[in-house]
Amino acid sequence: MTALPSFLLETAAAGDASGARVLITQASYLVSSVFFILGLKSLTRADTARKGMQQAALGMLLAIVGTLIDQRIVEYGWILAGLAVGTVIGWPLGTRVPMTAMPQRIAISHMFGALAATLVGIAEYLHHGSPEVASLDRVQMAALGFEVLFGSLTVTGSFMAFGKLQEFLPGKPITYAGQNIVNIGAMAGAVALWVYLIVDPTATWAFWTMTALAFVIGISFVLPIGGADMPVVVSLLNSYAGLAASATGFAIGNTVLIIAGALDGASGFILSIIMSKAMNRSFTNVLFGAFGSAPTASTKTATNLTVKSISAEDAAIQLAYAGKVVVVPGYGMAVAQAQHTVRELAELIEKKGGEVKYAIHPVAGRMPGHMNVLLAEANVPYDRMYDMEEINDEFESVDVALVIGANDVVNPAAKTDTSSPIYGMPILNVDHAKNIIVLKRSMNAGFAGIENELFYDEKTNMLFGDAKASLSKLVSEVKTL
Amino acid sequence: MTFTNILQLYVFILAGFVGYNIITRVPPLLHTPLMSATNAISAISIVGALVVAGARYSLVASILGFVAVTCATINVVGGFVITDRMLRMFKREDAPATTAPAETPK
Repeated sequence: MTALPSFLLETAAAGDASGARVLITQASYLVSSVFFILGLKSLTRADTARKGMQQAALGMLLAIVGTLIDQRIVEYGWILAGLAVGTVIGWPLGTRVPMTAMPQRIAISHMFGALAATLVGIAEYLHHGSPEVASLDRVQMAALGFEVLFGSLTVTGSFMAFGKLQEFLPGKPITYAGQNIVNIGAMAGAVALWVYLIVDPTATWAFWTMTALAFVIGISFVLPIGGADMPVVVSLLNSYAGLAASATGFAIGNTVLIIAGALDGASGFILSIIMSKAMNRSFTNVLFGAFGSAPTASTKTATNLTVKSISAEDAAIQLAYAGKVVVVPGYGMAVAQAQHTVRELAELIEKKGGEVKYAIHPVAGRMPGHMNVLLAEANVPYDRMYDMEEINDEFESVDVALVIGANDVVNPAAKTDTSSPIYGMPILNVDHAKNIIVLKRSMNAGFAGIENELFYDEKTNMLFGDAKASLSKLVSEVKTL
Repeated sequence: MTFTNILQLYVFILAGFVGYNIITRVPPLLHTPLMSATNAISAISIVGALVVAGARYSLVASILGFVAVTCATINVVGGFVITDRMLRMFKREDAPATTAPAETPK
């Protein structure tokens, strides 16, 4: 029987009502863990996802109720206040935030999650780790330290990401000489303090210094990262928030926390790898490269090239009589909030007998799956949305490729120009389409500051203006045809 | 390292494997809902926060616990609600478009 976890031994020893309470709590954790896993599994299919996640929400409710009967809880005032305030803030964050603001919404939620884990860690350390109590063993201290270290840097890092995405902080990378050395040095210092704490858990000065340092690290690591690289950063912070939650589980001996944190950590990690791959850049390059900080002058200058602009009328004619149209949305569509007009235009083209598909690059937008959510919001059926691999071979047969506010993800330089900063990045083969219409605000270079040869292609026509205004014009023109 | 610690490590590693295997199969279509879903799920740190807020360790700990409960609740409520709101929008072509009202453009 020695193989039983301590909580069951306690139960067996107690053998009374409090033992039964422990069992109920643990049972609720087990059920909620299963519901969480089933919920994530349901996300592998769009038609099962919603029900699965509702089940996961039920799992969360069970875990909360199961915890409330924990015998360590002796007063409920603070708890009820926290639940009430959290609900009042959380409800509008769930129901009101528009889909276009989803990247910053996700970033700020990582901050809340990490802050919760960090504060639990700090409170546990205050209670158990002070020299007078000193009841923390080394493993607990390691977990607690990891939780506070990663939690704190995720708090400030996520807030920085939120600020850049919400645009109250400059989206451009902020760099200075020796930045990487400072960052790596600070991280090494924080880790050293963490190790010191494991050796001597009562060293409160080390705990506070590490925590303060971690808060600073979160800021300084996100400073040099530009807006276009946010998908990787947001995914990575997602992973850190999960790992911090998992470490909380180790520190306070709670299995459901370990499981949920591991799931979250794995998810964020996988997403960051997918995003890095889609930009053909390594993790380290995103974190330390400060992409776009000094826009490398492309070897091909645009001086002797001309772009053809097209009127909305002519573009509408091309679209109305096209057999196959592929829409390529980018961040510009999100900025202009043009997704509803896109769908309206697509329906008109379909009425005229054309076929409309949507080609979505993994890093289009500011977070994984950003374009899909916006199009779904505009009632575009998800079986019309195609990933890059699914649709890239089809572009030869496409009559009109309609590029809406996308730039780097359709830049042929990624395939042809070895000196280009985005060389090697997988792109959508828009240049293979028979005709290309690009909706663009102006001829400014894209986020990465790179000229786009696609715009000078003889098959390409540029329709300048705000994406939404241009699309509205196209809609009314197609209607008259 | 106690036996419980070793069991915890097992749980962590196995859960990580389960997570890895499930999440690699989530299509890019649903990557944004996936992020908000995992975020809502990791708000399970609320169970730790509840104990800190209610255990009367000290006034400071109670206040920290209160803030932690607040933050975690924001993610529980906001996270699951927004995930559901997103998933509700994903519809197939053949599904009658009229049954679910579209999100009003903001």
